[in-house]
Amino acid sequence: MQATLTSLVLVLIVVGAVVLVASGIWWFTPLASNWSEIDGALLITLAVIGIAFVVLNLFLAYLVLRYRHREQGRAQFIPDNPKIEKVLIGVTALGIVILLAPGLFAYSRFISPPRDALTIEVLGEQWRWSYRYPGPDGKLGRANPKLISPKNLFGIDLSDPAAQDDILSYTELHLPVNRPVLLHIRAKDVLHSFFIPSFRAKMDAVPGMVTHYWFIPTREGKFQAVCAELCGIGHHRMQSPVIVESSERFQEWLAKQPTVAATVKP
Amino acid sequence: MIANHGSNGHRELFIAPGRVGLWLFLGVATMVFAALVSAYIVRMGSADWHGLPKPGLLWVNTGILLLSSAALQWARLRERQGDSTNARLGVIAGAVLSALFLLGQIWAWGVLHRLGYFLATNPSSSFFYLLTGVHGLHLVGGLIVAAWTVRSPERFQLFVTYWHFLTIVWVVLFTLIVLT
Amino acid sequence: MSLHNNHGGFWTKYIFSQDHKVIAIQYTITALLIGLFGLVLSWVLRLQLGFPGSFQFLNPGSYYQILTQHGMIMIVYLLTAILLGGFGNYLIPLMIGARDMAFPFLNMLSYWVYLLSVIVLMAAFLVPGGPTGAGWTLYPPLSALPNAAPGSGWGIKLMLISLVIFIAAATMGGLNYVTTVLQCRTKGMTLMRMPLSVWGIFIASVMALFAFPALFVGGVMLLLDNLLGTSFFIPTVTLLGQQLPREGGNPLLFQHLFWYFGHPEVYVVILPAMGIASDLISTHSRKPIFGYKAMVIALAAIAAIGFIVWAHHMFVSGMNPYFGFFFAVSTLIIAIPSAVKVYNWLLTLWRGNIRFTTPMLFGIGWISTFIIGGLTGLPLGNVIADVPLHDTYFVVGHFHLVMGVAALMAILGGIYHWFPKVTGRMLNETLGKLHFWVTFVGAYMIFFPMFLLGILGVPRRYFDFNILGYLPPQTGLLNIVITVAALTVGAVQLLFLGNLIWSALKGKKAEANPWQATTLEWQTPTTPPPHGNWGAETPTVYRWAYDYSVPGAERDFIPQNVPAPALVGATRIESTL
Repeated sequence: MQATLTSLVLVLIVVGAVVLVASGIWWFTPLASNWSEIDGALLITLAVIGIAFVVLNLFLAYLVLRYRHREQGRAQFIPDNPKIEKVLIGVTALGIVILLAPGLFAYSRFISPPRDALTIEVLGEQWRWSYRYPGPDGKLGRANPKLISPKNLFGIDLSDPAAQDDILSYTELHLPVNRPVLLHIRAKDVLHSFFIPSFRAKMDAVPGMVTHYWFIPTREGKFQAVCAELCGIGHHRMQSPVIVESSERFQEWLAKQPTVAATVKP
Repeated sequence: MIANHGSNGHRELFIAPGRVGLWLFLGVATMVFAALVSAYIVRMGSADWHGLPKPGLLWVNTGILLLSSAALQWARLRERQGDSTNARLGVIAGAVLSALFLLGQIWAWGVLHRLGYFLATNPSSSFFYLLTGVHGLHLVGGLIVAAWTVRSPERFQLFVTYWHFLTIVWVVLFTLIVLT
Repeated sequence: MSLHNNHGGFWTKYIFSQDHKVIAIQYTITALLIGLFGLVLSWVLRLQLGFPGSFQFLNPGSYYQILTQHGMIMIVYLLTAILLGGFGNYLIPLMIGARDMAFPFLNMLSYWVYLLSVIVLMAAFLVPGGPTGAGWTLYPPLSALPNAAPGSGWGIKLMLISLVIFIAAATMGGLNYVTTVLQCRTKGMTLMRMPLSVWGIFIASVMALFAFPALFVGGVMLLLDNLLGTSFFIPTVTLLGQQLPREGGNPLLFQHLFWYFGHPEVYVVILPAMGIASDLISTHSRKPIFGYKAMVIALAAIAAIGFIVWAHHMFVSGMNPYFGFFFAVSTLIIAIPSAVKVYNWLLTLWRGNIRFTTPMLFGIGWISTFIIGGLTGLPLGNVIADVPLHDTYFVVGHFHLVMGVAALMAILGGIYHWFPKVTGRMLNETLGKLHFWVTFVGAYMIFFPMFLLGILGVPRRYFDFNILGYLPPQTGLLNIVITVAALTVGAVQLLFLGNLIWSALKGKKAEANPWQATTLEWQTPTTPPPHGNWGAETPTVYRWAYDYSVPGAERDFIPQNVPAPALVGATRIESTL
């Protein structure tokens, strides 16, 4: 009875887990960036561990049913079996190589941004995201956290000529479709993490440092950036719209945003 | 004390548990100072790090601590020879020198204070107070335990080992402070 | 102190006792009580997530405070304390045939210092501003700056002070456990004859000794940053529109110190649980643990590699991205010894004679939950797969299953297993089985859906999910299901506590060796064992700990202290070592 129940529950857990996954209700958001490699590496990993989960639990269910206590029975004295152990270690190592190798290749691409990427600065603070785009010169001007003030929310170094034409957005992140983007991520106060689920990428924003990641938006539409690092009582409200649009509409939008020269005073 | 170790007689190389415990603790303390030194080295790389004036007194203190270790070592050797009169002399010398070292360290804090280097002035001063403070607390803790156990020759031997350890740690910390 | 000083009166016998068994019970009761408090905190969190906005007394600030306290209490003050202070204290001397710990006074002191740390921790609930809400990881600058997070006044200071006190207690305990295992084993108890419970606790204690100093140093520096205005971890920041007089500090430095402690800490919890589970599984399936030597080597390997994987918690922290390659590889290498252990538990059941006692059910529950908890660590260790999953509900599901549920399976199974020796009475088996089934099935219902929420991209530590524009409409229902399951599992833990109390007073009287086990603690002359454990002589050990179902033997177990007329089992294992 006990054995049957245990075995049955283990099988039902496996079935329930598979059904819940297969229902597809909660799964990846549709991918909107070039990072199909991330999805690929993650899916391979999930497949390997999914198979291991099902096989090992079903084997456990079989064992508890098959080798349940019998009054007359006696266990077999099997202290070890080096042959079986070696085979199992080999299979495990193989599984790990299968899931790790594509992951490491994808990771090396993830940390090597292309040279022609559009550079955009992301600034996190309690509890909102703001953005700075380079102006016509294509370069972001220097910034220094010590210069941050109510009139200079980014701490932009106005003595840097490259800073004058920089463009600021305090609400939304607009991106041109199909163009590589490299984010320079900063934080004003505490740790934040700039996470765009549809792009699959995130990176902590750390005060005193500039962190980076890159991607290519591949689909026009409205997405969402959220904060993924506890940053105080407004953490769960810290988000920002991410709008991917054609290059022309992006340029139109950019032209309407305030420049540093026009708005930031020392 | 429950006779716990009687049945261990069959092993040829028996080490007293106190000794094992002490060496383990020295391992733990090494980890503490290693973590501090790593943090020091990482933080040193920042642009806001400024050098700290090094009071000459620190050299004197270092000498005193080395002497206290030497005195205790001498006492330990005398003790092993059964020469308890001289051993006691060594212990007293060691205790006085240790107290002098601690006073000297506090004095060094005062010197830095008068020069305007407080705990939060610069990471270099923060680390100076932190390193000397943690090291000093280890010394004070050692003295408290020693006052309690010094009558047992076996434990006195362990205490001297502990003292040598702290002397070595100080030489390392002092070198780090002087060089940076 | 002599062996027979049990006349010392109530105070020295039950309160300021130096008897490892009394100290073990003190540790266990204290840890269970504070754990119960941590459990109640989790109910509040789940109520908010299942029924957002229904509870007026909850706001984001108090939610994050409860979240932080729940995490810290469960990991440090419950799991670490009960496994090392509770099981370690009770089992080590009895299982290796010693009369007590190597340093009984230090052992007693360890408990009282632990209790002090718990009191300081709890005091944070009474001070102005309440306990800290900076997350159990206590990352600066959030934790260090005034008014950045709730409880940034007294709360964070008491938290750090409590941790420093706890580290002192854990160090005193750890020195004892390690020294006792090395120096106080009885005649014939070679290292390779020790039960795996002792191996797990021993290796975990070594890890704790060398990992806690990093937290100690990080904690003291953070305290100085918070209290005295230093800038160890604080760079130039503008908080609430005000630029603070700090500069140059490095927030990542704290993360390195924290995880240099924090990852080994995971193994400090899991290694003893592995050892205990091994003994439960072997004893109740009446079969030697499969591959004993491999099990010991795997424990040691996990511990050794466990010290060089810490930065897998920091893949998206902004550290040098090239570290990612190293830490991904080292992390996934650890999966191999962990997998070996899972195979060996399964192969122990294979051709066994499994008795479905309550401890065994928890042993089976341990295997299943450790499998799912362990496997889901692989995507998080595989650096690129961690990028989308980091700090989402996937992580919450993973660590709860592996170091929460799985570890609790071993702990609860261990309590059902050793309770007869500790009290001389059996726990009620019917209640025990009910306890197991609700806990086991409930745990899957609570934590499995979290993996899917994580894959979807739901960040952890959210007071509510209102802003997330990409949640399917059924998510609200899912959160209600999780909450109901959590409350049910919580309620059944209360039933367990009732069972503990009732059985300790009124339970069926236990035999000296009710499970017919081989290890020494079941061979004491009296049950419960008196101060000093053994009679006139400590036992002599003649064989390893797993002589179950030895062919040719009269019964299906041979205790370790039974001399060996050349039996197949004993000789075979001696020759392989």
